[in-house]
Amino acid sequence: MAENGKLKPAERMKIQRQAMPARDAGVRSRCFEEVNLGLPEQIAMEEAKRCLECKDRKCVTGCPVQIDIPAFVTRVAAGDFAGAAEVLLNDNALPGISGRVCPQEKQCEVLCIRAKKGEPVAIGYLERFVADWASEHRNGHVATLASPTGFKVAIVGSGPAGLTAAGELAKKGHEVTVFEAFHKPGGVLVYGIPEFRLPKEIVRKEVESLKAIGVKIECNVVIGRTYTIDDLMKEEGFQAVFIANGAGLPVFMGIPGENLKGVYSANEYLTRVNLMKAYEANSDTPVLRAKKAVVIGGGNTAMDGVRTARRLGADPATLVYRRSRAEMPARIEEVHHAEEEGVVFQMLTLPIEILGDEKGWVRGLKCQKMQLGEPDKSGRARPVPIPGSEFEIPCDVVVEAIGTRANPLLTQTTPDLKVNEKGYLVVDADNMTSKAGVFAGGDIVRGAATVILAMGDGKRTAATMDRYLKEKAQRHEGGSGKTGGAGIPSVGRQ
Amino acid sequence: MSHRVIESEWLAPEVRRLVVEAPHVVRHCGPGQFVIARATSEGERIPLTIAHADRQARTITLIIQAVGCSTRQLCALEKGSEISDIVGPLGKTTDIEHVGHAVIVGGGVGTAVIYPQATALKAKGNRVSAIIGGRSRPYVILEKELGVICDAVYPCTDDGSHGFKGFVTERLKQLIEQAEQKVEMVLCAGPVPMMRAVAELTRPMGIHTVASLNPIMVDGTGMCGGCRVQVGGQMLFACVDGPEFDAHKVDFRELADRLTTYRDQERVAKGNHPCRSGAAAEVR
Repeated sequence: MAENGKLKPAERMKIQRQAMPARDAGVRSRCFEEVNLGLPEQIAMEEAKRCLECKDRKCVTGCPVQIDIPAFVTRVAAGDFAGAAEVLLNDNALPGISGRVCPQEKQCEVLCIRAKKGEPVAIGYLERFVADWASEHRNGHVATLASPTGFKVAIVGSGPAGLTAAGELAKKGHEVTVFEAFHKPGGVLVYGIPEFRLPKEIVRKEVESLKAIGVKIECNVVIGRTYTIDDLMKEEGFQAVFIANGAGLPVFMGIPGENLKGVYSANEYLTRVNLMKAYEANSDTPVLRAKKAVVIGGGNTAMDGVRTARRLGADPATLVYRRSRAEMPARIEEVHHAEEEGVVFQMLTLPIEILGDEKGWVRGLKCQKMQLGEPDKSGRARPVPIPGSEFEIPCDVVVEAIGTRANPLLTQTTPDLKVNEKGYLVVDADNMTSKAGVFAGGDIVRGAATVILAMGDGKRTAATMDRYLKEKAQRHEGGSGKTGGAGIPSVGRQ
Repeated sequence: MSHRVIESEWLAPEVRRLVVEAPHVVRHCGPGQFVIARATSEGERIPLTIAHADRQARTITLIIQAVGCSTRQLCALEKGSEISDIVGPLGKTTDIEHVGHAVIVGGGVGTAVIYPQATALKAKGNRVSAIIGGRSRPYVILEKELGVICDAVYPCTDDGSHGFKGFVTERLKQLIEQAEQKVEMVLCAGPVPMMRAVAELTRPMGIHTVASLNPIMVDGTGMCGGCRVQVGGQMLFACVDGPEFDAHKVDFRELADRLTTYRDQERVAKGNHPCRSGAAAEVR
């Protein structure tokens, strides 16, 4: 086998994109085991050799956390998995997660030069491969830490933004405490994204490795209720706070019948199943097992919901979306997987009423057919109802996955936090809120976005918080003439 | 962090009083608020009213009725044992003002909700009358404790074995009609039919009435929307907008119906699994 470096571009161009081995669709549509099985080493190396190592490196610009993609891919091609892991983990603290849930087709892979005349390099598959290799082979590998700065930093929420920021800040020598409202850390990674797409064991390991570098995680604490932000800063001695508490409240369509028994928000449905493990026979937490389920929406959450319903036995499990396939915001891979698993796609369909029986249970969904009209503000074709096209879909469970709005819980008790008209936090270029020392990122700033954008916010904000704290210390030092010791950050290797 | 049980006693048949360590919770909690507890690390999340908070001892008192298996787990806890998780305080605190004469109505374990309200109402200088009900004498709880705080306590039992014979609403009607000082406000907590009956009684009289609702809930922070209730035609979340609402605006029929969502599952599961309780959410 030729060394990667010796392969000519023409030879690399000849290599076809490798397929991700997946669990059989018939089997997996009845269980919660992970769908994608990961690339074997040889296949990963073969795939990595498809990278042309172009000068433009467009893929990197498409990555919200700016992973040095060609650097890790070429190491994979050469069989230097440890080297690849070094590069990857330096740029992204949670590659095992982003490698599985990122919409690569809209970020790095869409910009890959090979996508112009065929299939892009499978960057997502390779990221996952390296992350899994590292998780197996780098046990006990502890990140290099800067010497302690003496600063205490609080992080509100243990989702992707919070965990990423926690890791970065701990590595910079700060004392980090993460507050989580649920009884288990991970946020959307544990309550939202199902086991079959992101095994919870991966999240657990990431959390353990954060604890290993000194991050404290306090579950069952609701910031805004249990403690206020002011408590944290004035009484608990935190010099900076990063708010990453997520998007919050589920939005309902506002159609008749939404309070019938059998109607769930995607948040509730997925939390019961994922966090509370309602799919296990001996779980203490119940969930309705639909004979026929309808999930409303076109995003990743809708896809997670409908595939969950399918696994809980729904036949059919139908996805209802008011636009067409092309406008669905969900990851392409999830759409393919859902299709393979037998999910029925009812596109260009608008639910207008949830129908109930005499005992208050859902019995169907009344819908109206749509057609695509002129593009709307988002640039997507606006769906327009077709008069007289009403029809019913029989079902006993309806799950609404149409979005979320800002949770008012924290802002209610911290009135000096500036919010926009939708209730999301307003931040400056450094991701600092209107309150000095209080930063924010992820969905509570962006509205519902992606895991990787939240991770990107976590990483960037950790850097600006670090700078903020160091500048604060310098100001202090200038005033008191104090040198060394606690409170004065020392810069170590990052 | 787990939470040690400091005291544990039966208050009534199937009704347990637990005093548990909850240093986080006591810091900000007030009347009307609740916690979510899980007995074990695999347990269901169960909303429970904070019946009392001791800031010095850093403990809270929970009063739990064993209605489903998860609540039975909690009720089985002896002094010295531990509760895996407690999160709170959740929900808004009761709006307490000086109104003059306030009546608090508690049915069954709902009496746990009105107990801290009595203290707060009294502190604002109100005349406070408590009407508390139960099936029979053993089911009437907190009578002595309320007696210390309130100006008057009227126990009621269905069978007349203690106090007034009849429903709390009948006693409430009498009190409103005969009270020397006009009743300006009614706070109620208990089974949904009781709260609905209280609301229907006071509606034509125009007496401001507040009900503490007990819908099914998962996270208690607004995230799941399972606790949505119709109040004045608006969809509100009991965990962030409540749990207390204007009783004259609440759709109690819908609330009662939604509470039955998991009843069949529980019945089916009882045979093969010791603990499948959706109805557990009803205990508050």
